[in-house]
Amino acid sequence: MGSVDKNTALELYRTMLMIRRFEEKLFFLFSTRAMPGSMHQYNGEEAVAAGVCSCLNKSDYITSTHRGHGHCIAKGADVRNIMAEMFAKSTGCCKGMGGSMHIADFGVGMLGANGIVGGGLPHAAGAAWSSQYRGTQQVAVAFFGDGASNEGSFHESLNLAAVWKLPAIFVCENNLYGFSTYYRRSTPIENIADRAAAYGIPGIVADGMDVLAVREAAREAVDRARRGEGPTLIECKTYRYMGHSRFEKPCYRTEEEVQEWKKRDPILCFPKVLKEQFSVTEEELRQVEAYVDEKIEDAVRFAQQSPDPEPEDYKKYIFAK
Amino acid sequence: MESTRIVQALRQALIEEMDRDENIVLLGEDIGVFNGSYRVTEGLLDKYGERRVKDTPISEIAIVGAAVGAAMTGLRPVAEIQFNDFMGCAMDQICNQAAKIRLMMGGQVSVPLVIRAPYGATGRAAQHSQSLEAWFAHVPGLKVVMPSTPYDAKGLLKTAIRDNNPVVFLEHKLLYGAASPGGKAKSVVDELDQTFRPAPEGEYTIELGKGDIKRQGGDVTIVAVGYMVHRAVQAAKVLAEEGIECEILDPRTIVPLDTELILNSLKKTGRLVVVTESVGRCGFAAEVAALASEEGLFELDAPVRRVCAENSPIPFAPCCEADALPDTGKIVKAVREICGK
Ligand SMILES: Cc1ncc(C[n+]2csc(CCOP(=O)(O)OP(=O)(O)O)c2C)c(N)n1
Ligand SMILES: [Mg+2]
Repeated sequence: MGSVDKNTALELYRTMLMIRRFEEKLFFLFSTRAMPGSMHQYNGEEAVAAGVCSCLNKSDYITSTHRGHGHCIAKGADVRNIMAEMFAKSTGCCKGMGGSMHIADFGVGMLGANGIVGGGLPHAAGAAWSSQYRGTQQVAVAFFGDGASNEGSFHESLNLAAVWKLPAIFVCENNLYGFSTYYRRSTPIENIADRAAAYGIPGIVADGMDVLAVREAAREAVDRARRGEGPTLIECKTYRYMGHSRFEKPCYRTEEEVQEWKKRDPILCFPKVLKEQFSVTEEELRQVEAYVDEKIEDAVRFAQQSPDPEPEDYKKYIFAK
Repeated sequence: MESTRIVQALRQALIEEMDRDENIVLLGEDIGVFNGSYRVTEGLLDKYGERRVKDTPISEIAIVGAAVGAAMTGLRPVAEIQFNDFMGCAMDQICNQAAKIRLMMGGQVSVPLVIRAPYGATGRAAQHSQSLEAWFAHVPGLKVVMPSTPYDAKGLLKTAIRDNNPVVFLEHKLLYGAASPGGKAKSVVDELDQTFRPAPEGEYTIELGKGDIKRQGGDVTIVAVGYMVHRAVQAAKVLAEEGIECEILDPRTIVPLDTELILNSLKKTGRLVVVTESVGRCGFAAEVAALASEEGLFELDAPVRRVCAENSPIPFAPCCEADALPDTGKIVKAVREICGK
């Protein structure tokens, strides 16, 4: 698998597992009403965030979506601060001001989840422009959904990035649905990647359930961006296991379809690859799992013990000094 | 059957109007297969089919823009925008196109279009919590409707659909009394009193620009819109125990505005408090305060008070959100202050 060594492979596994356990924990906490707000979960799509972000440096940028927990974790934000943000605590990465839909960690180049579908794409173009202007070799990745690719901001951002040859990578997480709408009811083509042709940039389809395949596609796109050759559109074919948001029970798809996709679970299928291609042992797998479980428990403890913001704290953040 | 919830009342209005006029069509995100994110359009895809009930791509510009184009050429579209916050994406079509076309084209055409959208804060942070009526009220050419009861919601939506102009129809999430995309939606309808008047079955309409007196009283006039009508009613109960009788006016439509109702009440009470969930600055409450100072100054015995959201994006943390929003206690406090108590 080319550039992937055993450590990298184990790290990919750890990142995916961290996201999965984080989401599972959140689901539990939400169902016990320990948390305010709403949330959109990433279970099933972990290979996309993990694979793409494994090709990035800490100083590179990503922009995210309403379904942003996975992106935030994969980019290297501390799960303690992400968890605390879910609890609306003052120790959260956004001081409790944003919550699930607005998590961001500028310390690791995570420029923000977004409550507006398509809202992050132009930010990625702009961050890539800024990097090009400053000559820093940083790249910017925009994650977005199949649904978002029907917003004007998708088309405008790709066009701008292409015509300015920006070091940007547009990663479409095609999980087949935009909320309740099957993508072929809103999108007349099979592959959203084909839209790249309209902007004269490469459009790649990757198996979003296979973290190594995602990584390979992202690596090429990142190299291309760093060489100054402009943006790439990558479409990762993937699937969301949970309802669109919090406790929604999907009426627009069948349970069989969900089960069919779960057979290709990016996390459950990976240990076999790790063992066969990277000589990872059972013991090493268990170490990763124990590490992740401990991190998540620690994050929950940290979040629960953290103080709430003061009622008027938000007034500090309306304007910069 | 009468509708005891706004979600049913709106649906009933849509059904009655769609049965009456073939040219009424619905479009929006998740309104068909999913029955609408707050269930307003539940069952309508089954009833009217895909020709008249259209699930759209996530494309707010196209939703509103296509509705404008269809409205100019013979249809009467009712577009749903999933949250009023997302109308930001469609602002050009709403404000530069829909609102202005008739005048720009010298009256050749009308744009009979309704844009429905939920508003209000329910713990979902800055981009899903806003109350944006002032954005639209500021644009000449748009009418703006904000019902507070099932009765008003039905009568006003029917009128809005029959109106030959673009109408922005804003619905408070907490007043629907229905499920949301997240499953069980937060709702306050079970705790409301008879002010939350049910909508009867059958034909009736409510004129745009006709406000309603939700409570009679002689000491202070409270003008409140949407959900805040019910907070004002609650405040009035507290204040009545202290001997202060509030008159609660629900304009029901921001544009056109029933100025007469407000000025007449002011003649009686001499005191005015205006309540909106939207931020105060340059908002509807400021408009009503301006009305009072321009046309009712000599009726006023005390300064006008606005009870509105803080001039801030809505923060996520529940304690901060509560601080930023108007509530019953803040209304009570404002009334006491101008009554010298
Ligand atoms: C501009 C805008 N329109 C609509 C919504 C409501 N909404 C939130 S997520 C979503 C579906 C997004 O689908 P997709 O882009 O495929 O992402 P996914 O949820 O599948 O990850 C919708 C319609 C929104 N938040 N912003
Ligand atoms: Mg999707």
